[in-house]
Amino acid sequence: MATHDVTAPSVPAVREIDLSPSSRRLGELFVKLILGLAALVSVVTTVGIVISLLLPALEFFAEISPWEFLTSTEWAPLFEPGTFGAVPLVLATFVVSFWALLVAAPVGLGTAIFLSEYASPRTRNVLKPILEILAAIPTVVYGYFALTAVTPLLRSMGVQVEIFNVLAGGLVLGVMLIPTIASLSEDAMSAVPRDLRDGAYGLGADRLQVSTRVVVPAAISGIIASFVLGISRAVGETMIVLIAVGQLAQISFDPRQPMETMTAFIGATGNGDLPTGSIEYKTIFAVGLTLFAITLVMNVISIRLVRRFREVYE
Amino acid sequence: MSRKTKGNLFVGAMLVCLGISFGTLAWLLGTTLVEGLPAISKQLFTDPPSTVPEEAGARPAILATIYLAVLLLLMAVPIGVLTAIYLEEYARKERWYNRVLELNIQNLAAVPAIVYGILGLAFVVRGPVGVGRVLLAGAIILTLVVLPTVIIPSREAIRAVPDSIRQRGFALGATKWQVVSRQVLPASIPGIATGSILALSRAVGETAPLLLIGALQYVAFDPTVLGPFTALPVQIYTWVKLPDPAFQTLAAAAIIVLLAIVLTMNAFAIFLRNRYRQTW
Repeated sequence: MATHDVTAPSVPAVREIDLSPSSRRLGELFVKLILGLAALVSVVTTVGIVISLLLPALEFFAEISPWEFLTSTEWAPLFEPGTFGAVPLVLATFVVSFWALLVAAPVGLGTAIFLSEYASPRTRNVLKPILEILAAIPTVVYGYFALTAVTPLLRSMGVQVEIFNVLAGGLVLGVMLIPTIASLSEDAMSAVPRDLRDGAYGLGADRLQVSTRVVVPAAISGIIASFVLGISRAVGETMIVLIAVGQLAQISFDPRQPMETMTAFIGATGNGDLPTGSIEYKTIFAVGLTLFAITLVMNVISIRLVRRFREVYE
Repeated sequence: MSRKTKGNLFVGAMLVCLGISFGTLAWLLGTTLVEGLPAISKQLFTDPPSTVPEEAGARPAILATIYLAVLLLLMAVPIGVLTAIYLEEYARKERWYNRVLELNIQNLAAVPAIVYGILGLAFVVRGPVGVGRVLLAGAIILTLVVLPTVIIPSREAIRAVPDSIRQRGFALGATKWQVVSRQVLPASIPGIATGSILALSRAVGETAPLLLIGALQYVAFDPTVLGPFTALPVQIYTWVKLPDPAFQTLAAAAIIVLLAIVLTMNAFAIFLRNRYRQTW
């Protein structure tokens, strides 16, 4: 904005008028109190999560050094004496997420481009509910599907997978993520103003060029945000990996092998009758804290990225 | 390669992407139906689980899932909608605590469900609340899991109501709450209902947090709110884990029941959204 060297024009003094109600309305105050209490539930939840993870995890780290937890490669907390190296769990989580994203990123992005740039409104109205069904299927069902349909298919195709294996779980997890990535990426692409597309068409670009060289670059931060959120979802997903990837904590990059992710360990160990205060019980919280920290970082990145693309064109 | 061929190849690639989603969906539904339909019987709905597959049913699990859904409707929906009203109608955006609240809800939406299970294990089942491994504990935790998914669409529905409607009410001398409760809320009910039903359907299929709350147990009798429980998705997990193929078949049958519940809720939500789509 240009600055002018003029003094402010003389504005006629505005008399302050009191617009607040003449009498205090107790009912309105009461309503506000109830609403505030409801909003407080979310805050209490967050505080509760942090405290419930942190306190037992701190007790855990008083007994096991954080260094051992983060660098040792032997994970056998339920043995006597236990070993507490979380590397196999964290590695398994990211290996499974890698396979999931290998499916979900291209397929989700392709779906988003189609929905945003190619599909007619009628086609969209048919396709979107089908994607919503894909998103609505409970994860325990996906787990059953990975174990009883995908693994046998892989075997019949000559891939020598174990009964529990990274590949089937990762691929199915990827399918589960497609709707998330597709809908977030599509939102980002729909936010790209028409002018940019029209300008490119005016220069003689075709639809493919407009989609891949104008719309996708313009929406890139939203698209990356959708990938980050996808990884965060994959990292936090429990049932598919618990059912189909197994519970063998080992360091391996062979997708035909079983592994144990952080969530699978928590899900498998947390349902037992572990005595409160035992080191095995505290292990759940140490792993949970690690999981929470990883997903929190990813969510913050993703929220930042989404904000950035929103700010550009507003 | 000509421009046209390139364009066609690209369209082809996108159609393959769509095919992967829809093919997998059809395959998943198909295998489940083929495997599970023969095992759908009256027994599934009337009998408790058993170690003998021929005698096993899922009655306690199905009942518990229905109870959970009702409790969620009574807890998650009111708390979520009231929070949305607070954020949209009452909160002043420039206050730091309102910005923290907003960011907090965004983050909660992406916290893995199993982490809520840990919260439940430490605070609700044992610890300060200490109600034990009961159905109410499951309902409380699932409420917290889906709260953001109620709040976010409810806010959008409330925000979509144009300001002119509020000003009309104020001009007639209505108080803030009168405007909100008689003008804004009724106008945003379709959006709120759609979001709430989708949130409930997500909660009905949620398994991981319930594992930590101790829903993985043998329950032979009808559940009560303050008694031990197992839910339908947890029952499915129990059966999937067993090596006997007869239990896999039972799992498929239970999955059909679960999918019927979840997909009906989704279809209803989509119907509501299309039927009452409002443009101001």
